[in-house]
Amino acid sequence: MTTTEIVDMITVIIDGFEVSVPKGTLVIRAAEQLGIQIPRFCDHPLLDPVGACRQCLVDIEINGRAFPKPQASCTIPVEPGMIVKTQLTSVVADKAQKGVMELLLINHPLDCPVCDKGGECPLQNQAMSTGRSQTRFEGVKRTFEKPINISSQVLLDRERCVLCARCTRFSAQIASDPFITLNERGALQQVGIYEKAPFKSYFSGNAVQICPVGALTGASYRFRARPFDLVSTPSACEHCASGCDMRTDVRRGKTLRRLAGDDASVNEEWNCDKGRWAFKYVTAVDRLTHPLVRNDAGDLVEASWPEALAAAAKGLKAASAAVLVGGRATHEDAYGYSKFARIALSTNDIDFRSRISSDEERDFLAARVVGSSTTYRDIDRADQVLLVGFEPEEESPIVFLRLNKQFRKRALKVTTISSKLSIGVEKLNGEFVKVAPGQEAASVSAQALTAQSIILVGERASESAGVLTAVAALSDSTGAKIAWIPRRAGERGALEAGAIGNLLPGGRPVADSAARVDIATLWGASSLPSTIGRSSDEIYAAVNSGAIGALLVGGVDPLDGANGESALAALEKAFVVCLEIAPSEVTSRADVVLPVAAVTEKSGSFLNWEGRARKFDAAVHDSLNRSDLRILSMIAEEMGTSLNLSTVTSAAKEIASIGAWDGARVQMQQYSSTQSPALNGDRFILTSWRRLLDLGTLQKGEENLAGTARQTVAVISPSRALSMGVSDGDLLKISTVQGSVTLAALVEDIHDDAIWAPRNSRGSQLLVNLGAAHGAVVTVVKI
Amino acid sequence: MTKLAPVLSAHWDEKDSFTIEAYTRHGGYKASQKALAMDPDAVIQLVKDSGLRGRGGAGFPTGMKWGFIPQGDNKDHYLVVNADESEPGTCKDMPLLMANPHVLVEGCIIACHAIRAKHAFIYIRGEVTHVVRRLNQAIEDAYKAGHLGNGVDLVLHVGAGAYICGEETALLDSLEGFRGQPRLRPPFPAIAGLYARPTVVNNVESISAVPAIINNGPEWYQSMGTEKSKGTTLYSLSGHVNNPGQFEAPLGITLREILELSGGIRTGHTLKFWTPGGSSTPIFTQDHLDTPLDYEGVSAAGSMLGTKALQIFDETTCVVRAVLRWTEFYKHESCGKCTPCREGTWWLVQILRDLEAGKGTEADLAKLLDLCDNILGRSFCALGDGATSPITSSIKYFRDEYISHITHGGCPFDPVASTLFVGAGA
Repeated sequence: MTTTEIVDMITVIIDGFEVSVPKGTLVIRAAEQLGIQIPRFCDHPLLDPVGACRQCLVDIEINGRAFPKPQASCTIPVEPGMIVKTQLTSVVADKAQKGVMELLLINHPLDCPVCDKGGECPLQNQAMSTGRSQTRFEGVKRTFEKPINISSQVLLDRERCVLCARCTRFSAQIASDPFITLNERGALQQVGIYEKAPFKSYFSGNAVQICPVGALTGASYRFRARPFDLVSTPSACEHCASGCDMRTDVRRGKTLRRLAGDDASVNEEWNCDKGRWAFKYVTAVDRLTHPLVRNDAGDLVEASWPEALAAAAKGLKAASAAVLVGGRATHEDAYGYSKFARIALSTNDIDFRSRISSDEERDFLAARVVGSSTTYRDIDRADQVLLVGFEPEEESPIVFLRLNKQFRKRALKVTTISSKLSIGVEKLNGEFVKVAPGQEAASVSAQALTAQSIILVGERASESAGVLTAVAALSDSTGAKIAWIPRRAGERGALEAGAIGNLLPGGRPVADSAARVDIATLWGASSLPSTIGRSSDEIYAAVNSGAIGALLVGGVDPLDGANGESALAALEKAFVVCLEIAPSEVTSRADVVLPVAAVTEKSGSFLNWEGRARKFDAAVHDSLNRSDLRILSMIAEEMGTSLNLSTVTSAAKEIASIGAWDGARVQMQQYSSTQSPALNGDRFILTSWRRLLDLGTLQKGEENLAGTARQTVAVISPSRALSMGVSDGDLLKISTVQGSVTLAALVEDIHDDAIWAPRNSRGSQLLVNLGAAHGAVVTVVKI
Repeated sequence: MTKLAPVLSAHWDEKDSFTIEAYTRHGGYKASQKALAMDPDAVIQLVKDSGLRGRGGAGFPTGMKWGFIPQGDNKDHYLVVNADESEPGTCKDMPLLMANPHVLVEGCIIACHAIRAKHAFIYIRGEVTHVVRRLNQAIEDAYKAGHLGNGVDLVLHVGAGAYICGEETALLDSLEGFRGQPRLRPPFPAIAGLYARPTVVNNVESISAVPAIINNGPEWYQSMGTEKSKGTTLYSLSGHVNNPGQFEAPLGITLREILELSGGIRTGHTLKFWTPGGSSTPIFTQDHLDTPLDYEGVSAAGSMLGTKALQIFDETTCVVRAVLRWTEFYKHESCGKCTPCREGTWWLVQILRDLEAGKGTEADLAKLLDLCDNILGRSFCALGDGATSPITSSIKYFRDEYISHITHGGCPFDPVASTLFVGAGA
């Protein structure tokens, strides 16, 4: 359902043509409606007008009164009675534009043949349309030392810069990271950084993308390709659940660049640096290319596909088996795993949650999330937003940009329930409800929301008992909408596909016989297993206890969960078939390893946190790698059953045919929070989250990107720091029975009981090093 | 009969003219008492009736500007005084503040009352430390005497020496702590100025004129000047004259009269060209000696009254050289925000340098004029426009002299002859 908003329309005449546009529309954009392109550089539809480049000058008269001089059409909103003459009908505007273009070029180097932007450069293009064929400038051009690094991943060639201030305005207005500014004056004006503070923004790549010349370039792409040699494919980002529209540029089978795509309802025109610059994992030297089978000697050796498929089928048939599918599978692949578990393995033992999770969460997802549709548009309209177990800037950066947009536009109230105040929430001027780790539930219940409010719940909400129960109750009592925002791109799709023990595809509860009949009919199965399936942790435990003998694992890091040791032991013990793109802790313990396609090598879709399908085609066409879905179909055939999902398209069609579930939803059980542990002296409660840029497997090999990651620190409150004699930079050793990490201290706004460290950053891999991430009591000593 | 009419400058010849004692001795701070007892709207009306126009260059009616401030909007209002005097040739506000800073302080009190502002800021050029000290002392004394601090607070802000900060919106940015670059208008300062609050930005001389208007009434002020340019103003005479300095006279006086009053052109020389209002105003020649120096008169003759900075150049001056120097100034001071001014001044200087060095061609003159046409009216603020004025006006009146540089293969003038130390045995 869409609601139409009443908009005042204004009719103006541009170059003799009438056009009606909403009040407030700028002249330059009204002209676009007529297909009249006025040249421009500084103008950008998502940035505040600045009128700096003067390229878009046009003649304007209003009700017969003409402006004495040409006006910048990017700064002037339409008015009733306005008559605009662009370069097409005004000699003055045409000469003004040509004059400005000539001036822009006098100091611009003629280095197009070696410039990355050559071939896709607005300056080049508009110099062709609006410039002179021969220069009249015979003087000395301004030169600078070049290039300079404004961060490890962004390079600046100052002499190419036309000083349009798009990059600086983006950083200040969209990302709220005003780390670059214009410095100096006159022709020596230049983009610059504070000498001690590089351009460490999670969104810096957008500044590169909107640069209308070759002044800002990405370190990873510089001098790598010519735009006209690239084949571009619209794609979707696999790095998080924001759901960015993307463009993947490939030359001869190799991805060289990824850009943010345009989708006004999702990412507008932006993306984060991880989505833009983390793709080398696809072409990493250790990519798996051939099936591997463990031989009698216990070694993994290369095998043919028929051999490997036969071994996989045999092993999975020989014992009771379960399925673990990581949160990075596409919707179609997840559907394949879900169907495979039920049809080929006759079990509901499947879980996509390859991370810390809980039964409370499983209930919550089935009761509140599956099939729901809270959207970015709802954020635009919300009266306030509550963040629970969720750091938008770190865990879903486009959600952060949308919150920031509304905060800047209308001071949207944002409240976070957390133990530590984050940079992102500070930028949103959010209200910080400070709680001890593990005690979030009571604060959730205390929030005053309305039916226009939104609760953004992160996957970390499952890490404190009772929080999701409190969220559901708060939503019920206030009418506030819930949006669950996991970190990984595939989790929402996997949930909808039923890759979890209590749900079948389409949100059908496993426990509901009518639901089982629904799906069984669709699948042509006589019946479906009716026992609620085990969670990831339970599956590992069942392997270790002998109840499960085989595992089908796809895209899982066993050390992402709450109990890594149990997971590793289970993987050692069980017969493991692993679908992976690169060697991992699972492949090294697997009995059959089957290489699969990475996202750019296959088609499919992700469902972002909204539940919105983000379809993409293969960007790399000559890959020999097959999708998980295809391989699952082959294993099923080998096992004597059929998934009837020969292609991604057929899977998508089958998914679409399921339709919404109109039966009863799973009812949520009530969970209560645990008591706060007693603390003394050097005891703290650990809390953490993953940073956007960290040691994530998909960021492998991206050194330039890693250079802009935030510093690894341990955050401690001022009063605890005082009592321990700790100041910024002192080393703190955080220990559990399992191990310790030693980090530089940072005294910041955090609950007195809590100590914070990044969950998976260099020097601080808490789940591996400490075996804990949130809510556990740790010992902290100054060393 | 003298045509001079010293009002602002009436007591500048007294040794202690800058002190609060001298100012009160001559009736200072009476006007503010009178104004504070009036309804603010009545003060605005009075200033409107006086016909006072902005003395910073544009000549916008001061009372009307005050009247633009929305009333009853429950917002803070601000008065900002533009004391960032930095136009080449312009030198009226600094002498005024040296000699009589209190008249500005009192003017601020009256203006704040009229526009319902509690805070006034004076943005002053940072290089003139002696004026800064004197103004600081005056503000301190005015606080001690209770003129300030009882409803109006006055802050002196010292700029960092950028010409662009004389542009009112760049000044506001600078005052807020940002780099001084002109802002997009609308919104105009009267709606969203300093800290996005309704703000009046006035020149030093405009605000300083107000106390006398309050004291003597609008009719008295109306009685001086010409039809649309009322009152007296400071004319700043500089350059090749025997007696440079400030000459306060009713608007509409001519340069011929001022030269007669002041002792004329440098002895033994003749007038060649002059600026009526600083380097941004198109130059005049001998033919304009009788042009009435009011807003309309100068405008009708093809220039602008500007800041009434009368820079006089005699026949020893190379006009190409003078214009090059000015253009170098604009290149140095261009803020860089917009393309025409930033790139245009960069280029203009290079062409003019070539021309002065005799390396140009006649085609360069056409190029220069075309370039000016591409800058004038295309730049973001008036700085770019101003940069073209000396060039286009000098080519209009002295095209032959440009050509003679080309044919002569260099400058035909002896640069020493135009210096003040020539013949002084230097």
